[in-house]
Amino acid sequence: MMEAVAAAAPVQTGVQAHNTPYLQISGIFKKFGDNVAVDHVDLDIRQHEIFALLGSSGCGKSTLLRMLAGMERPTSGRIVLDGQDITHLAPYDRPINMMFQSYALFPHMSVEQNIAFGLKQDKLPKGEIESRVAEMLDLVQMRKYAHRKPYQLSGGQQQRVALARSLAKRPKLLLLDEPLGALDKKLRQQTQLELVNTLEKVGVTCIMVTHDQEEAMTMATRIGIMSEGQLLQVGTPGEIYDYPNCRFTAEFIGETNLLTGMVSVDEPDHVEIDVPELEGRIWIDHGITGPKGMQVWTSIRPEDVRLDRKPPATPGVNSARGTVVEIAYLGSYSVYHVRLPSGKVIKSMVPSSRWYEAGEEAPTWDETVYVSWRPDLPVVMTR
Amino acid sequence: MNFKRFARKWLRPGRATVIAVPYFWLLVFFAVPFLIVLKISFAEQDIAIPPFTSLLNYEDGGLLHVTLNLANFQFIFGDELYADTYLSSLRVAFFTTVMCLLIGYPIAYAIARTDPARRNVLLMLVMLPFWTSFLLRVYAWMGLLKPNGIINHLLMSVGLISEPLEMFHNTFSLYLVMVYAYLPFMILPLYAHLVKMDIRLLEAANDLGARPLKAFFAITLPLSKNGIIAGSMMVFIPAVGEFVIPELVGGPDTLMIGKVLWNEFFDNNNWPMAAAVATVMVLLLIVPIGLFHRYETRELEGKNV
Amino acid sequence: MYNGNKLSPVLKGVLVAGFLFLYLPIVSLIVYSFNASKLVTVWGGFSTRWYVSLFHNEQILSAVGLSIRIALASATAAVVLGTVAGFVLARFKRFRGSTLFAGMMTAPMVMPEVITGLSMLLLFISMQQLFGQPSERGFFTIWVGHTTLCMAYVAVVVRSRLIEIDKTLEDAAMDLGARPLKIFFVITLPLISQAIASGFLLSITLSLDDLVTTAFLSGPGSTTLPQVIFSKVRLGLNPEINALATITVLIVGIMVVAANYLMLNAQRNREKAIAAAMRENENAQAGPPSSAVSSASA
Repeated sequence: MMEAVAAAAPVQTGVQAHNTPYLQISGIFKKFGDNVAVDHVDLDIRQHEIFALLGSSGCGKSTLLRMLAGMERPTSGRIVLDGQDITHLAPYDRPINMMFQSYALFPHMSVEQNIAFGLKQDKLPKGEIESRVAEMLDLVQMRKYAHRKPYQLSGGQQQRVALARSLAKRPKLLLLDEPLGALDKKLRQQTQLELVNTLEKVGVTCIMVTHDQEEAMTMATRIGIMSEGQLLQVGTPGEIYDYPNCRFTAEFIGETNLLTGMVSVDEPDHVEIDVPELEGRIWIDHGITGPKGMQVWTSIRPEDVRLDRKPPATPGVNSARGTVVEIAYLGSYSVYHVRLPSGKVIKSMVPSSRWYEAGEEAPTWDETVYVSWRPDLPVVMTR
Repeated sequence: MNFKRFARKWLRPGRATVIAVPYFWLLVFFAVPFLIVLKISFAEQDIAIPPFTSLLNYEDGGLLHVTLNLANFQFIFGDELYADTYLSSLRVAFFTTVMCLLIGYPIAYAIARTDPARRNVLLMLVMLPFWTSFLLRVYAWMGLLKPNGIINHLLMSVGLISEPLEMFHNTFSLYLVMVYAYLPFMILPLYAHLVKMDIRLLEAANDLGARPLKAFFAITLPLSKNGIIAGSMMVFIPAVGEFVIPELVGGPDTLMIGKVLWNEFFDNNNWPMAAAVATVMVLLLIVPIGLFHRYETRELEGKNV
Repeated sequence: MYNGNKLSPVLKGVLVAGFLFLYLPIVSLIVYSFNASKLVTVWGGFSTRWYVSLFHNEQILSAVGLSIRIALASATAAVVLGTVAGFVLARFKRFRGSTLFAGMMTAPMVMPEVITGLSMLLLFISMQQLFGQPSERGFFTIWVGHTTLCMAYVAVVVRSRLIEIDKTLEDAAMDLGARPLKIFFVITLPLISQAIASGFLLSITLSLDDLVTTAFLSGPGSTTLPQVIFSKVRLGLNPEINALATITVLIVGIMVVAANYLMLNAQRNREKAIAAAMRENENAQAGPPSSAVSSASA
């Protein structure tokens, strides 16, 4: 097991399980013809968790979600929800509901009828249906619009109705397919928090699928990164950002500088990695579980890269000299692109106040500068 | 056997029945009849009810005897009249299609370029004749074209002509009415394609220096190719077998295979011959029908993506 | 295709010429139906006598009755079968024999009617020889013929509508606990109802208008309206037919215009409601939520 070699303190989630997982996905595999859409995914979800499956389009996250909903049948594998094997249960028999990406509100039914639809399928008594619909309308603050048709609602209102409809049956598991994908950016940020509040109030267990990392980071308690049908890493937003276990995660979540190198010194208390692109070494102040001579990748976030005019104390270690080729001024900070002699470009994110506090002029194009970082910051990955 | 249970439970039974009902209907009432036509085309005319011989005979020893009578086909391929009739039907259908395209394309194009509010009205005006009786629309031309018909009357009373024009029961009237009757079938698919076209493509072409006419031939025409094919097939295929128009307004020398089939069947009571004529016609039309089918399905599936 | 500009004069001319071509014969038909003279093409003054005699023509009236009964029966069957067929074509992409099925669905629309008519007749004759049924040609055989012809048209209309509507609506209904059959009736059917209605009307007109297939499939005593018209027209012009044509055009015209008007109106209302919802949304974001008073609630 070569994963998470960099995990200095293998942090476990705060919500650590003290009982068996609520939802257990084991060995789920799905093929469409010859294309593998989901490749042996194992995942445990705890009760009341908001879990986000994050990945770019075509990574298999939507297929996984549809298999949970019962719309697709896994080629192999098992899904157990709250002790019940639901792998082969029809969608209409599952205690799972889904909020669809385009909301899929029935256009010929009013808001009220849309919310009542699922309850009617369960043949609940009329009074019960009415009170639950009212409860849901209040939950999403749509009581005023109960008699409207979906096309008479704005995008944000439609999203709330879709949420109410999928919560009305009190599902054991709620699936959200790109929950805010149909909204414009401004409305999306405002709705993210609103949605999380509602979900927490109801206390429902959620799995959401999104390609928007910001959405996943804001809303989810844990995130699973998917690529090419595989679940690459699972963890809290902090873990995923600070300790990516592979190049894909490191580059997918936030921006990073990725450097390829070879382990040259491997001691229990420190590691040295030769990096040709730096024409120097990276020195890390903790050990890793890898043999000498192994190829590794190092990720250093731009905000961890320090930019100086003066050469660092230990040239050739955790630093490099280069020229500024690009400056993106972004208000409170700027991103400098520094080209090293090897041609490699290192990005450094520098607070705008840095130069003012040092009493210097900010570096400009074609200036020679030095980039450097602390030995505890680089993350080493083996894949 | 999880999959089987799964399949049985919520996929199969409903699905199979749903497919079976229309499938069975079409098989029995559309596909099988063609096989029967083929079978009877190998029979001989007989004075009996029904008026044809059976292909299968049980001889005394219980021996099954199959008689395939190829005389009908020999006759069709041997007799010049039949060959001429098929050729003439194909020719009439072809030129009708070409004329419908030449007249229908500008109309469809003009409707597509009209503003959306008025477009619906125009489209309705194209549809309206299509919804009224085909037979009555053909009949309307009889009153207009006859030697003592409305057009001749008008022209003579104005003094433009002194003798009535010969416009009825000849090639002119045949083509005129064929084009008239089939024009909506050409306009509708063409319009459906043209209206979907993004006007920005033309603007981009103009921006890149193509003059309107050039842009039309380089952009609009190729993009409406599927509409042209669909419309042409919708005109060409039924036109080959058209019976009513040649019968009512065509000339005495107009050879159309639909009319021949009708006469063999209703007038000569020669059912095997009619079946043989139909068989050869189907063979002639199989390629255009296949083409039409391919574009039709591709069109619908294209939308699906 | 529309670019916001007015139509060029050339295209306007094309439209005018095109519509003159399409409508002049029909107009002449109508005008001369009010002709007093028995010679259809010679104007002899205004009269409604041909309408009066039309309504006393027993042969035509009984043919109209039969044609309407056949049309209603075939359109009903065609809508049921065609809707199911359209659903199969749109939703079940591949199954054993799907190619043949799709082929049998499109072919009746273009197949020359002399062929379909003849082949179906020969089928019925063979069936009679084998099973003794149907014992004679008439209502039943015509009904089968028209149903087969019309269901192809219904299937095409229904299929293209089904492809338009969002399939996730059906997924959503299934997710909320509805079974496939229920989904079809509660979700799918209401959404394609307009397509089904136009398929029904199309079938009615196709059936009312059909001459060639009917000629093969009808027997003695089952003469439909087009057959009567054809036999009369074959002999020359007949002012009663002009009157009949005028009435047909009138009925069809009113129906088409009314249907178009209803559809346009529904669409306009819908667009208004959408616009209202958008406006309200902007207001709600700008001002206090109480300003979002419903103005478009149904």
